[in-house]
Amino acid sequence: MSRRTEAVVVVGAGLAGLSAATALRDRGFGGRLTVVGDEPHGPYDRPSLSKDLLTGRRAEEQTGLPLPPDLGARWVLGRSAVRLDRAGRRVLLDDGSALEYDGLVVASGASAVPWPGPPAPPGGVHTLRGRGDALGLRAALRRGDPLLVVGAGFVGSEVASAARELGVPVTLVDRARTPLEGALGPVAGRLFAGAQARAGVDFRAGTAVRRLLGERSLSGAELSDGTRVRAGAALVALGARPNTAWLRGSGLRLGGGAAPGLVCDHRRRALGQDGAPAEGVVALGDVVAAPNPLPGAGAPSHLVIGHWSEAVDHADAAAAALLGQEGPGTEPVPSFWSDQFGLRVRSVGLPRLADRTEVREHDPDRSRLEVTYHRGGRLVGALTVNRTSRLAAHRARILRERAAHGALA
Amino acid sequence: MRVHVDRAVCENHGQCVFAAPEVFAFDDDEVLRYDPSPGPGLDEAVTRAARVCPLRAITLDGGPE
Ligand SMILES: Cc1cc2nc3c(=O)[nH]c(=O)nc-3n(C[C@H](O)[C@H](O)[C@H](O)COP(=O)(O)OP(=O)(O)OC[C@H]3O[C@@H](n4cnc5c(N)ncnc54)[C@H](O)[C@@H]3O)c2cc1C
Ligand code: SF4
Repeated sequence: MSRRTEAVVVVGAGLAGLSAATALRDRGFGGRLTVVGDEPHGPYDRPSLSKDLLTGRRAEEQTGLPLPPDLGARWVLGRSAVRLDRAGRRVLLDDGSALEYDGLVVASGASAVPWPGPPAPPGGVHTLRGRGDALGLRAALRRGDPLLVVGAGFVGSEVASAARELGVPVTLVDRARTPLEGALGPVAGRLFAGAQARAGVDFRAGTAVRRLLGERSLSGAELSDGTRVRAGAALVALGARPNTAWLRGSGLRLGGGAAPGLVCDHRRRALGQDGAPAEGVVALGDVVAAPNPLPGAGAPSHLVIGHWSEAVDHADAAAAALLGQEGPGTEPVPSFWSDQFGLRVRSVGLPRLADRTEVREHDPDRSRLEVTYHRGGRLVGALTVNRTSRLAAHRARILRERAAHGALA
Repeated sequence: MRVHVDRAVCENHGQCVFAAPEVFAFDDDEVLRYDPSPGPGLDEAVTRAARVCPLRAITLDGGPE
């Protein structure tokens, strides 16, 4: 250990912040531990915001993440970090105070991409990232206002599913031909399109929303094909952007293009402008631009993975790096799940990197699907729908092939 | 260590199967099967599985946690 770590500051009180704090204690860190979060509450389960919290199957109070009883952390909530002074080893907060650290965990996550189009009416246009957003959207769904969903990715499709369950009319608009096509490819997309049609979603394929209409509150939208749809609420679900604004000017490297997060190495050490790990700074979760865990021909060197599992699986490595200890040594394989329209969607690896897909099983009657994703002849991912039992074998094969190629055991 | 999965809570995320394949597996009918009393050599893997379950459906008895 180059220097003894006595005070750790974690910025971000979400899943990654909690996982990092827990992992530090697990590795014997006995010093001061402070977690800063700009939301008014401690860590909660974000995936339920687009699923059970909307349908009412889970109440707000049931979404908190349990804290280990002996964590011994100080929670500074409702405060945001506005600047990082690396030379002075201080994090500056929005109330003018500063927190000194000798170890810093960047766990500030991501924010929803806002509506990028021409000015929208002030009322009735939602994005979904925090609990407050979900409660606002839930209120709109309970009023029964017809819902327009802009973007058929995971969040958009899940909200469409919850809305249909509540009997709310839904129009879902996406540039792609089928839902979730960008993430999972056209075969899976067709299965989702079928499930959505049966549930009564009005999916507008190959279409963009040109304008959100209404004076004070949303009344509808104009689409790129010239048609108009009526809606009392809209969800803009166009993805997420890492929260790195507070790191500008800190000398840490921020990625651009496909990987706009804080650039890290495999151990989740943040890199400086010179490309070398910055002293005393690690990062975890949705804020990270991580080295591609499945490198192969032509694949991007870094990407923002943005899955729940990332914030958990790398916590031990990040804690080890911060404490100057030897890390776990194996690189986890990303995994993801989504529940929508009665379908249990599960994936391992990174299907989005594929140049070829292979359908292993497709049983439309039971809504079962098993697809593998390949790039440059190697397995890079697998997807199952209502067929979780097949996933572990694919994950094991990804690990084996990666080891055989000598890229990170 | 004793392992218990709350079936009312489990949603087949499969994270436990990745963390401790010796203890958790799905059968052909997509039902999660597990060994309720794995040997002491598996304590660490089982603890990891309980921690990565997104729904915290796994409870452990007689070991760490
Ligand atoms: C609606 C929705 C559904 C999802 N469903 C799934 C799913 O089904 N499966 C799956 O695998 N993943 C899902 N995800 C992704 C998953 O929730 C994220 O990967 C996970 O939350 C990442 O955790 P994190 O702690 O890195 O970031 P976050 O959860 O975003 O937490 C970061 C925290 O830091 C705070 N913060 C930001 N900037 C500052 C600052 N400057 N100062 C202080 N605090 C700050 C933020 O407000 C936030 O509270 C979903 C995400 C959303 C939004
Ligand atoms: S990780 Fe949890 S929810 Fe998933 S299969 Fe295992 S017990 Fe069930």
